[in-house]
Amino acid sequence: MAAGDCTAIAEILRNQARGTMSGKPKLHYFNGRGRMETIRWLLAAAGVEFEESFLEKKEDLTKLQNDGSLLFQQVPMVEIDGMKLVQTRAIANYISTKYNLYGKDLKERALIDMYVEGLFDLNDLLMTHEILPADKKDQHFANMMDKAENRYLPVFEKVLKDHGKDFLVGNQLSRADVQLLEILIMAEEFKPDIFAKFPLLQSFKAKLGNIPTIKKFLQPGSQRKPPSDEKVVDQVMKIFYS
Amino acid sequence: MSGKPKLHYFNGRGRMEPIRWLLAAAGVEFEESFIGKKEDLTKLQNDGSLLFQQVPMVEIDGMKLVQTRAIMNYIAMKYNLYGKDLKERALIDMYVEGLFDLNELLIMHVLQPADQKEQHFANMMDKAENRYFPVFEKVLKDHGKDFLVGNQLSKADVQLLEVILMAEEYKPDILAKFPLLQSFKARISNIPTIKKFLQPGSQRKPPTRPEDIAEAIKIFRS
Repeated sequence: MAAGDCTAIAEILRNQARGTMSGKPKLHYFNGRGRMETIRWLLAAAGVEFEESFLEKKEDLTKLQNDGSLLFQQVPMVEIDGMKLVQTRAIANYISTKYNLYGKDLKERALIDMYVEGLFDLNDLLMTHEILPADKKDQHFANMMDKAENRYLPVFEKVLKDHGKDFLVGNQLSRADVQLLEILIMAEEFKPDIFAKFPLLQSFKAKLGNIPTIKKFLQPGSQRKPPSDEKVVDQVMKIFYS
Repeated sequence: MSGKPKLHYFNGRGRMEPIRWLLAAAGVEFEESFIGKKEDLTKLQNDGSLLFQQVPMVEIDGMKLVQTRAIMNYIAMKYNLYGKDLKERALIDMYVEGLFDLNELLIMHVLQPADQKEQHFANMMDKAENRYFPVFEKVLKDHGKDFLVGNQLSKADVQLLEVILMAEEYKPDILAKFPLLQSFKARISNIPTIKKFLQPGSQRKPPTRPEDIAEAIKIFRS
């Protein structure tokens, strides 16, 4: 072999070793949406490959707690760039800044933050629906749909209407767009005709869905998680609430 | 007209207090417009001032910012209380989010129905003493510096002090097992802008009493 080949092979072997140890972010959570789904969306939209380590039983959580991996004893936790990041917003902020999904200046960031915080509030409502006891579900559903259709979605319909651009802020993709798309899809799972009153959100959904990284994430077989069924809810109760 | 930020909220701590702390720590003078009755809130909602129909809202730099964290992030960035790079920001964010969780428990206590108060109190104190304060004691111990992140004042330090003081209102000896938090508390309290905020007559709000809650419920939940 020529000397150049040896160098090239050595380089490949070094890269492989590095990749196995530290390359991709690693997500620690149960195998369901919960509070980690937004983070999966952001990484996917940014085109960042990631690994997942799923908690399946209480002992999996205890192990992480005991080895000091979880700053406040809670998941989500994401291993990234040599850190073990916890707290959904801390993780989302880091990823968004690193991959340029956070606007170009302080004022754009303020808009993005406002939008995203509203979306987090709505996400909390949608997320808690699954773990409610049967006798509370109906009222919660009514409240959640009311908030979606009367408080949150009208805001984003108006933002798009007012500036007429494709993206919510600064005419470029940001976490606000990604998080809005995530919420729109979830809301639609609960109420398929939810876009009846929001034509701009409907076209927003179509446009964003065509961005290559996002399109890929929306396809079957991606790391996007389905709505939680009884089995997942059961598992969550056992891991976190027993 | 004055150029100062203007805070819209009821005359109490709630979700606006961390914002008051941050502005005060940054040495920024601010005005307050208090929501005293339901009509005050409705007026703000009807004139389109509240993006999601909710307060806190802060008028600052030509914007009407809502959502506590959006407001805090803006103030922290603007006044250099958010670390010097992405990694410091990640640490600050983690600490602040944990403190928000503890803060939530503390502010929710006064809303608990009488038959749930005791259990809520026990849970809140357990979390403070076993989940949150040990983390910050350890952070200070591990690096031996005066501030939580990057050896300079950040919103993490301001928020930790706020939460410590609130926890002490519930349990005066809560820092008994945390000597470094005790000296942290003394040290941060002595920073001139913060010292000023801690004095009587400042815009810092007193603990919320049950009668204040009754008033707030009339405005926000009726």
